[in-house]
Amino acid sequence: MLPVIKEVERRYLRDDLPKFNPGDTIRVHFRLKEGEEKERVQIFEGVVIRRRGSGVNATFTVRKISFGVGVERTFPFHSPRIEKIEIVRRGRVRRARLYYLRERFGKAARIKERFNDKIME
Amino acid sequence: MKLEGLIGKKLGMTRVFDEEGNVIPVTVLQVGPCAVVQVKTVDKDGYNAVQLGFDPKKLTKCTFPMIGHFLKAGLDTGFYILREFKIEDPAEFKPGQYITLTDLPIEKGIKIDVTGTSKGRGFTGCIKRWNFSRQPMSHGAKKVHRKRGSSGANTFPGRVIKGKKMAGHYGNETVTIKNLTVVDIIPEKNLLLVKGAVPGWTNGYVMVYFK
Repeated sequence: MLPVIKEVERRYLRDDLPKFNPGDTIRVHFRLKEGEEKERVQIFEGVVIRRRGSGVNATFTVRKISFGVGVERTFPFHSPRIEKIEIVRRGRVRRARLYYLRERFGKAARIKERFNDKIME
Repeated sequence: MKLEGLIGKKLGMTRVFDEEGNVIPVTVLQVGPCAVVQVKTVDKDGYNAVQLGFDPKKLTKCTFPMIGHFLKAGLDTGFYILREFKIEDPAEFKPGQYITLTDLPIEKGIKIDVTGTSKGRGFTGCIKRWNFSRQPMSHGAKKVHRKRGSSGANTFPGRVIKGKKMAGHYGNETVTIKNLTVVDIIPEKNLLLVKGAVPGWTNGYVMVYFK
């Protein structure tokens, strides 16, 4: 990619969101548009199962179990619609893409918590 | 300053967010700075236009006739590309003057036309070139999978009608995309973000026409 394009992208990047990794449980406050001029903030809480892409293209996927059904939602990392991201819990995982969680339920889908981490600051 | 357009260069594509958070695919164009190499007037040439130069080129790399042409305009450099653009008032332009995006009345949201040379694809079959359908890969199909099918009727007219879509050279031709929206302008870097795709390769020259 040309450096000029990276610089253009930099104008659209967000640096106000906290750092998080796959395995972390986060709460995404996402602004939704309901009809004309009606907006509300929806909270989506779950485990980050992947992060992909770089620059403005970056996205992350959050998985949660809703009424017994697994729901996954992918958010653009730098979307202005993300009001804020709260980190509920840091998880210790050994891979970058946690697709194995899709085949597991309940106790088997637990993720160990991570303490005293460098990133925690 | 009333000017039909400027010369630019395609730098590549990316995507940006608008205020509402929608993702917009954009092409990044470097437009200008363009130097006025020659001003054409009704009295002298029969029409009003400016000849603009873009992408500086060392004078030592230019041919002698071109060096004379650039020096006559009072420039100390040559250009890789020269193009003429229509103007209304020749008094506004002087040879040797540089024109950038900030000199023109453009803002976010306006529509522009972009002309460029499309990617050359060489000798191409009619499926890629004319969006024809392919024929069966099995069920008795033999040796004919990606051919065009029929090329016309029999005794009448007894020949293939001129202009019949067939395989041949595709691409590397002048293409104009009309009504592209300007998403953002970065004047300090001479950049224009345009919604959608623009003909040609990265680093290819394009003409940007304002309306």
